Amino acid sequence: MIIRVGHLYPDYLNIYADRGNIAVFAQRAARRGHELRVDEIGMDDRIVPGGHDLYYVGGGQDREQLLVAENLARKAQPLIDAVHGGAALLAVCGGYQLLGRGYKGFHGEDMPGVGLLPLETVAGERRMIGDVLLETELGPIAGFENHAGRTYLDEGAEPLGRVVSGFGNDGRSGYEGCRLLRAIGTYLHGPLLPRNPQLADWLLQEAIAHRTGGDALELAPLPDELEAQAQAVAAERARSRGGKF
Amino acid sequence: MTVPGKLLSKLDPAAIDKLAARLPAGSAVVSATNGKTTTSAMAAEILRPRFRLAHNRSGANLVSGVASTLLAAGDAELGLLEVDEGALPEVLRRVRPRAVLLGNLFRDQLDRYGELELVAERWRRAVGDLPSTTAVVLNADDPQVGSLRDDAVHYGLDDPAVARPALQHAADSKYCIRCGTPYLYAAAYVGHLGDYRCPNCGHARPALQVSAGSIELEGLERAAFDLRTPEGSRRVELALPGLYNVYNALGAAALARALGASLDEIVDGLGSFSAAFGRFERIAVDGKQMLLLLIKNPAGANEAVRTLVDGRAPRLAVVALNDAIADGRDVSWIWDVDFEPLLAGLDTVVVSGGRAAELALRCKYGGLDESKIEVVPDLARALDRGLELTPDGGELVVLPTYTAMLALQRVIAERGLAKKYWERAA
Repeated sequence: MIIRVGHLYPDYLNIYADRGNIAVFAQRAARRGHELRVDEIGMDDRIVPGGHDLYYVGGGQDREQLLVAENLARKAQPLIDAVHGGAALLAVCGGYQLLGRGYKGFHGEDMPGVGLLPLETVAGERRMIGDVLLETELGPIAGFENHAGRTYLDEGAEPLGRVVSGFGNDGRSGYEGCRLLRAIGTYLHGPLLPRNPQLADWLLQEAIAHRTGGDALELAPLPDELEAQAQAVAAERARSRGGKF
Repeated sequence: MTVPGKLLSKLDPAAIDKLAARLPAGSAVVSATNGKTTTSAMAAEILRPRFRLAHNRSGANLVSGVASTLLAAGDAELGLLEVDEGALPEVLRRVRPRAVLLGNLFRDQLDRYGELELVAERWRRAVGDLPSTTAVVLNADDPQVGSLRDDAVHYGLDDPAVARPALQHAADSKYCIRCGTPYLYAAAYVGHLGDYRCPNCGHARPALQVSAGSIELEGLERAAFDLRTPEGSRRVELALPGLYNVYNALGAAALARALGASLDEIVDGLGSFSAAFGRFERIAVDGKQMLLLLIKNPAGANEAVRTLVDGRAPRLAVVALNDAIADGRDVSWIWDVDFEPLLAGLDTVVVSGGRAAELALRCKYGGLDESKIEVVPDLARALDRGLELTPDGGELVVLPTYTAMLALQRVIAERGLAKKYWERAA
């Protein structure tokens, strides 16, 4: 099966080695006999609901994020429709912030958001930087965070996980990320997926379900010894030196 | 090593200012994300016949390291100070150098410095505050650096024959610093360094006063180029490979020129220069050779890979990734490195260091079969394993991050294979 991926603004949002996440999707799909077809969705391209099974939005430096924010806000409705139509989505760091209602900067450098995820982000004084470990429904997830924004989830919104070590969404709530339908937003990079393959597989299985129109079926397991080792080391780093105020 | 420096700045915060003011020929400051150690070592080689130098050649480049160097300056005449990107504003303010060389700004250790824009903005203010008597030497090929000051000496490469066909994945400053439009490159040399022009607002590379043309790259062995200056043009022969070393040499030449060195002194100094600590070092071990190349960020690692693959592509490599503060705690940068051309030729990679498993994943998802990956976190054991796999008379390529390099140097020194770098003759 061909899994159709829409990679949003790869030229602008790529600061935390986002192509590592795409490489993981591609190889893990291929090992199950599927093919990943990645379309770049740039400034001049449109989002067509139903046209992609999985969307990916990476992180960018402040300047690049600002450059895409307005453009992405103009694509808000088709992106919302796509996710409510069952497409899977992963957004990391800057991309995660932009999927909420918006970003309030310090000096009025506000950015509009897509309004897909029930959250908003406000600039904070100190950057939250360090290793992070989460406990989630999909098992432990280990990564690295580096963000000035504090992200506040609406009442009743579902986080990706509980923070075991590190700052998380806002450094206080004890939660990290946000889930909605088949969409996941998170601050965790590293990149996120190589050492958290269960998350990659979950997104792939949901993308396949979107493609087939049926229920999501669990993918056959792969030998993931190296992935497990890398996750264990990253988790240990978070426990010993994860960020806290 | 910088304990005296730390102590000193605690006791008397103005001490650095006073120590710097004692140097009769003043100071020169060198900063960049990549190549500052090599560039300042090259400048030292050129300037040594002319000045007694106080040079922090061990790479202690924070404010405390600068203080220690100045404290130990003795009868030195000129301070030659390699300075960390983050420490540059404070050092410029306090040392008040007569010349400043700024080489490049690449994405590096985001966990430590924050984003590139922030560093660039702090540099812009610091350079703007320098008196007009300070000679400012800038790499014009970097859009962020070249625009720091208009009345600077600008240097850059002028040889499209050695340019890359396209910007690399890790290119950082792709968008016009004035209007945000993607730059068009007449030539892209290393990362985002090149001959750029904004098609919208016209912001373009400044005119070059000092340039390198007719560049020859000879695999892993050497490089040569025509050094072109207002005083004339001379051929420079380097015993170091790679386009990034041409940048380092050109920057050192432009700085030395600003400090009064003649073209002859520049050509002689660069010609007799050999690699700075761990930057491209060959060490003989039991009839085999080790080649050490420091990797510390995507742009630098890409050049190391490019240089290796342009030579005789190795079939075996030891790659070591640590995540101490000096390496960057955030290891995501390894995914921005174009390791693939190297991986394509490997029979075996031994991955090592505290984050060995992370490197193993980088290789695996970069297309290397898992059976070709050996995970040996302990650095000494990884070195042994690499040497064991190296045929007699062969060469083992070792690519370590900064603290992994230090640890390997220690292992090598303990075995009596090479002197510790700080014990070597200057």
